[in-house]
Amino acid sequence: MGWTKKILRVDLSTGSIKTEPLNMEWAKDYLGQRGLATKYFVEEVDPKVEPLSPENKLIMTTGPLTGTAASTGGRYSVVTKGALTNAIACSNSGGYFGAELKFAGWDMIIFEGKAPKPVYLSIEDDKVELRDAAHLWGKTVFQTEEIIKSSHQDPQTRVCSIGRAGENGVMYACIVNDLHRAAGRSGVGTVMGSKNLKAVAVRGTKGAGQIKDPKAFMAAAKAAKKVLADNPVTGQGLPKYGTQVLMNVINEMGAMPTRNHRDVQFEDARKISGEAMHEKRPTDGKTHLVTNAACFGCTIACGRISKIDETHFSVVNKPQYWGASGGLEYEAAWALGSANGVGDLEALQYVNVLCNEDGMDPISFGATVAAAMELYDLGILTKDKIGLEAPFGSAEALVKLAEMTAVGEGFGKELGTGSARMCAKYGKPELSMGVKSQEFPAYDSRGIQGMGLTYATSNRGACHLRSYTVASEVLGIPVKTDPLVTEGKADLVKAFQDATAVFDSSGTCVFTTFAWTLADLQPQLAAACEGEWTMESLATLGERVWNMERLFNNAAGFTAKDDDLPPRLKTEPAKTGPAKGLVSGIDKMRPEYYQVRGWTPEGVPTPDTLKRLGL
Amino acid sequence: MQKSLHIDPNKCTGCLQCEMACSFENHGVFNISKSRIKVFAFEHAGRKVPYTCTQCAEAWCLNACPVDAIRVDAATGAKVVHQDVCVGCKVCTIACPFGTVNYVADTGKVQKCDLCGGEPACADACPTGAITYVEASWTGLDKMRAWAGKTDTQPRAA
Repeated sequence: MGWTKKILRVDLSTGSIKTEPLNMEWAKDYLGQRGLATKYFVEEVDPKVEPLSPENKLIMTTGPLTGTAASTGGRYSVVTKGALTNAIACSNSGGYFGAELKFAGWDMIIFEGKAPKPVYLSIEDDKVELRDAAHLWGKTVFQTEEIIKSSHQDPQTRVCSIGRAGENGVMYACIVNDLHRAAGRSGVGTVMGSKNLKAVAVRGTKGAGQIKDPKAFMAAAKAAKKVLADNPVTGQGLPKYGTQVLMNVINEMGAMPTRNHRDVQFEDARKISGEAMHEKRPTDGKTHLVTNAACFGCTIACGRISKIDETHFSVVNKPQYWGASGGLEYEAAWALGSANGVGDLEALQYVNVLCNEDGMDPISFGATVAAAMELYDLGILTKDKIGLEAPFGSAEALVKLAEMTAVGEGFGKELGTGSARMCAKYGKPELSMGVKSQEFPAYDSRGIQGMGLTYATSNRGACHLRSYTVASEVLGIPVKTDPLVTEGKADLVKAFQDATAVFDSSGTCVFTTFAWTLADLQPQLAAACEGEWTMESLATLGERVWNMERLFNNAAGFTAKDDDLPPRLKTEPAKTGPAKGLVSGIDKMRPEYYQVRGWTPEGVPTPDTLKRLGL
Repeated sequence: MQKSLHIDPNKCTGCLQCEMACSFENHGVFNISKSRIKVFAFEHAGRKVPYTCTQCAEAWCLNACPVDAIRVDAATGAKVVHQDVCVGCKVCTIACPFGTVNYVADTGKVQKCDLCGGEPACADACPTGAITYVEASWTGLDKMRAWAGKTDTQPRAA
């Protein structure tokens, strides 16, 4: 079965809390987590809804494998209309919160309305109540977790919360759980903040016991774990270097966006790489990295736990930042580092910790700083306006701007609007490096062509986690494709998008797909969940989820024009490296992709396509 | 030959596969709150430490039990709680110096690690080798060996 078959509906405006049975008809077509919660969302919410209005809803959701012994089976997602993007948003997080929600007996929580004053939701199995959060408002994520755990007198309580960024309307605020895991992108934390919902605290003692065939499930889970252990990426590279295994690799291939995508290689990439995190510092003889860490159920353990050099300018006299904390992951190291030309590992980790404790997406924050640094370089933003010198490469500027943004101090308020709104305000919308107002992650579309199509067509705005064609174009998983050509990328992107939607709907982590295909996930789902789960039905399910999201976005007002990259990537060729002289072939790939998808040239799913998918 | 659980916290990533395997083996559900092995997180130090009963040779819990519900499994050396005898008085939980016998409110009795009859599910599920099931008399020798390897046997002339 997998599901608990029970959901919570919390009306924050009235304070009413209701229990509903899970719609099992929908579960058969949409599985769980991303797919199923999005189905609920599109059925209940007007696509034109203003993201920060009480009419928007926010769903926290587990998948059928969340809380089971499936490797990485601890994921949960937040589905809403994104504050940053105005598009469908689905942000996925690990840690322990998702499994605990399942253990308490709930598949998902639907939040509606807006609380008249700050509240948090407390869940102890069946005992669910909204509690006053006046004492938590204004507190960081770290403080919030500590206060809740101590007042509940239960260290096993798991918490997700917004930091000051979410309270203050930073448009890329995230929801952070277990200190340093985050539902990070699209401003899902901004939506939570707009509802005066500070946190969700959950303690579950029921467990996930509803497995259809426990014996078969354990055998399937064990076989799949072996696949992860035997794979060089999931068995060796990710545990040792984390996602930071990529820093030097992507830089070498000339796909490392640098200084707001002006360059495609970063001269200091090595200094901020996974390898550098293993090197002993000259100052204290210790390595930056303390250990690797796993989320619930994960047998990969890519997470990084680090300690900042106590003598570094960013934390000197701040002992509260001397302990071990999460980071750096590759995306954050890139966005805070290469994107701004900053090669100071300790500064990046400090800013990363600030992003965690105040609940800000480090990708969007870092990329917005990069845009500000370019505006500064062009003389459009000045020292007077920003309040400090902000040239590319300045670690001091990065640190100061991070301290200003979550709390909305001075120019930090403008950085908090994201690069699209900020660049538009200063008459340079083309300098925002993103799609659908969401900033790019760490791969340049000129050096990895498939990623350009991935970004342009991602339903939640620019994102690498919707179809990680890097796996194929760089690592050769499952087959090697040439990163510099556009041929075949439409099919590749579609295949990755559909498969990823299945993983995101299951409760497992997309990082398993470095080693797993649907053929490794399918036996686990088939043994855990009632109903028929075949390779064919899952592939169709992924495509159904993708088209459902697309229909919502189209109804929200997005068109083919929004499936595009900034002019820089189409007109300014890569200056160095293997992609030298290349621009993105997005205009060639887009129509091919629409055709492969069964959409009209305007990017609208045809009636035949909808019929085939049961939409 | 007797075997015992051997725990190396430095290898623990905090994935909790051991807790799930324990609860599944003993209760048939994935419910870490029912697990007899627990992983504790020390966030500020970046440490995760699995902890469970070490099967004391002379067991305080066994000696303290007024109804002889805790007995030695001759095959494994595990101190096993006999659920049909246990009266839930919790004296063993007070006697145990390490806190590894725990009361279960659902059943009204105590539970502790019984080495799964000689095939501990936690060790089998651990992906990193942080929990292993080894010859009891080998306990500590791997650490000794590691230090031996670091011993400088060719000191340079001063």
